[in-house]
Parts: sequence; C-alpha cells; structure tokens
Amino acid sequence: MITVHGLAKRFGRVEVFAGLDVSVPTGQVTGLIGPNSAGKTTLLKMLLGLIAPDAGQMAIDGTLLDGSSGYRSVIGYMPQIVRFPAYQSGRDLLETLVAIRGGRETPDLSLAEAFELGAQFDRPLGVLSGGTRQKINAVLAFAFRPRLLILDEPTAGLDPLAASLLKARIVAERQRGTTVLITSHVIPELEQFADQILFLDQGRVAWQGEADALRRHTGSGTLEQAVARLLSGGAALEVA
Amino acid sequence: MRLTLRLLRLAAREAMRGRWLIALAVTLAVIGELLLRFAGGGVTTVLSLLDIALIVTPLAGLVLGTIQVHHAREVTELLLAQPIPRGRLFAGLWLGSTLPLAAALAAGLLAPFVWHGMLLGPGGIQLIALVAMVVLLTLVSSALAFVIALRVDDRVRALGVAIAVWFVAAIAWDGIVLVVALVFADRSVELPVLLLLVLNPLDVARVLLLVGSDAAAMLGYTGAVLAKTLGATAGRAVLALTLLLWTVLPLWWARRSFARKDF
Repeated sequence: MITVHGLAKRFGRVEVFAGLDVSVPTGQVTGLIGPNSAGKTTLLKMLLGLIAPDAGQMAIDGTLLDGSSGYRSVIGYMPQIVRFPAYQSGRDLLETLVAIRGGRETPDLSLAEAFELGAQFDRPLGVLSGGTRQKINAVLAFAFRPRLLILDEPTAGLDPLAASLLKARIVAERQRGTTVLITSHVIPELEQFADQILFLDQGRVAWQGEADALRRHTGSGTLEQAVARLLSGGAALEVA
Repeated sequence: MRLTLRLLRLAAREAMRGRWLIALAVTLAVIGELLLRFAGGGVTTVLSLLDIALIVTPLAGLVLGTIQVHHAREVTELLLAQPIPRGRLFAGLWLGSTLPLAAALAAGLLAPFVWHGMLLGPGGIQLIALVAMVVLLTLVSSALAFVIALRVDDRVRALGVAIAVWFVAAIAWDGIVLVVALVFADRSVELPVLLLLVLNPLDVARVLLLVGSDAAAMLGYTGAVLAKTLGATAGRAVLALTLLLWTVLPLWWARRSFARKDF
C-alpha cells in the first residue's frame, strides 16, 4: 500500500500540495486523474524520489521514503515523455538498468516479444519512431517484475494494437498482485481496468473510490461522463 | 565501480554525438601544426597554444556540458527512478561528460608534437604542463556547466548564462583587472589584484604555467603582482592550492545541486 501523509510541496510561488493525505491500495489498479496542473505527475515523481517534499511522509509497503534509493527496486516506472539517448539501443538501456540493479536480475522481455520489437530493440533509439520508443519505454518499465507500477500516460503515442497489448499486460500484472498507479487523459481506457479512481484537483483529493461508485455518485453512464461532471463542478466532490 | 563505468560509457557515447569533440580535437591539432610550421617548435609554440587553450577549453566545457545535461534530462529521470543513489549517477554522468572532452582537447594539443617527434624536445615539459592544466580546467568548466544546467531549467537561458560566464572569465577579465587597478591606483593595489587572480581559474592556470619561466612578459598584471608580492616559489604554491580548490569546489557544488534537484 502507498500511504501519503501531510505532503506539502511548493515550486516558488506555486503551491502544489499543502498537506495531502492519500492511500493507494495494494494489488489494485488506481487511476490518477484530474485537470491539468492538479499535481498528478508531481505526486508520481515524489513517490519515485525525483521530487523532494517540503514536508510530509510517504511510504510504500511500509517502507518510509527517506531519500534512500533501495525501495525503487520494486518499482517499474513509465514516464510520459522520454527522449532517449539517440545513439543507445533499447538493449543498451536495458543493460544499464540491469547493471544498476546489481547485474543479478534476468529481465522479463515478454512485452518486447508481444510488441514484436525484434531487431528494433538493438537499433539506435534516434532512428526509431515515437511509437516504437514508447514501446521500449514500456518494456523497460515491466522488465524487472515490479510490485508497483507507476505509469504516466502509458498509451500515448502507441498504435491501437500496441495499446491493446499494453492494457492486457496491465490487467495481467494486477492479477499477479501488482499495484498499479496510472495517469491517463483517455478516460474510457481507464474504465477498462481501473479498480479505483483517485481524482486530484488543486493539490487535494477531490474524490477517491471505486469507479462504479463515481459513476453512481455523479449519475453518469460512463466514467468519462462522470469525470467531465467532476471537472465542470456539476457534481459535489467528496472523498468516498 | 562497474556501474559507474557503465554510466560513464553511456554518457560518453552521447558526448561523442554530433562529432563536436572530434572537430575540436582536429581544430586544435591543425592550429598546433600551423604554429609548429611557422613559429618552429619549442616554448614559443606552447605559449601560443596556451592562449588558444585558455579560450577554447572553458568555452567547450561550459557550452557542451550545459547542452549535454539538458539533453540528458529525461533519461536522467528514467535512471533516477531506478534503485541508484544520486551521488553514483552524478559521478557517471559527470565523468562521461568530462573525460571525453578532456581527452579530445589533450589529443588535439599533443597530436602535432607527437607526429613530429617533438614531445621530448624543447618545450616538451611546458606542453605536458599545459595539457595537465587543460584537463584540470575541463574538470572545472564541466562542473560549472552542471551547476548552471541544473539550476537554470530553461535551455536557452542556461546556455546564455554559460556563455556569459565564459565571456567574463576568458575575455573581459583583463578589463576588470584594469578597472580595479585604476580604482585602487592611489592605494595598495596588491590585495584586490591578488583576490581577482584567485577568483578566475583561467588566470590562475595561466599564471601558474608562466610564473618563474622565461616568459615573464606574458604574466599579465595579476601575474606580475603575484610574482612581486609572493615570489615565484610561494606564488606557485598558492596558485596550485587555488587551482585545486577550483577543481574541488565546483564539483562539490554540482554534486550538491544534482542531489537537491527536483526532476
């Protein structure tokens, strides 16, 4: 379980969080949604240690995030935008990640096989299309059998087949007991597999609960309509 | 260590992209070759190379370093999301950015002398000292580039700051020294001039190479004040210590900036 307590963060004059409290259940897919500048990516990056909090505590499966790096060995991270080094191949990067992890782990490349990356995995990333680079981004995130997956707009730039394969893999990971925290602006996509919705607005939790509960709460037929109602202020916000 | 070397290799391969380093080495080698042909070998050629190296080294270190840090921003985030302490990642990225540049500059300076078999001839020791100084100045300028790139998020602004730092240190410094000397003309000028000397690593490197040599005319105002105040031996010791601090402090600052940076 991810627990966040009293999290505060300010970038200059912009206050992103002022005492955020949130918990994300283990073994479920939690869709992190909200308007632009709600703090979604900042929260993900804080969990990864990329951004330091001004105050507050975060813990993953009981391990307090105190600035050390070892806890990240159980995390698979797929950033929204990756401008990979042009002269490296996907395999070069993978080998670097293996070296970072002590050289003991044999990476799981089943996603690369599913994407049929083949020789593209060994070609310089600078000559690959954006979609292929995004596939490699996904392969790297899933390669070390993570217990926690943090995915920031994972299907952006993927063709429908690759997006479908990736979503199937996310579902398989959930069945394996992996906790998944995912942001996406494609709400129907989240609706397919998100157990929980965590709606952030202006740095606070405006709604958290099951996707079905959000639909019922807003009187909407689909999750997309429910989110639209939340965004437009047409439904009272509350933490479920 | 293996991990640091792997990260170094990753950064070094990126540093070689665009062939900038090869172009830099070839340019320095061609200049060295022309100087050897027209000015003959020996100390005179090395001193001419010194002036060129003091312009080129900080410019290359600051500009290429700043560009490289910004260019590697996203992949740095990806690597930082792995179980690796920031200090180790910094070491790999900084060494990978700095060592290829230092090697390119050293190779460009040495190549014509090696080609003509003049490395052990007159001026050989001065050339080796010059190369050592260029390597140290590469470390300094590359560390400062990391500081600039990590503290200024906007790529264009960061590049502007890097070029401004280079301009002040490599081009405008003599003018600043002159202004200070004029301001303190009716008082004791030694202390402010010596302070100015230690504040600029390029000046420190230049004076350290020249003080006590036959080329006292090239010492400049700050070097002349140092030689007059402290003498050649004590002056050398002070400058060597200063250059050591100039190597360590920017590196410490860069590492600290990397450790505290929100990515």
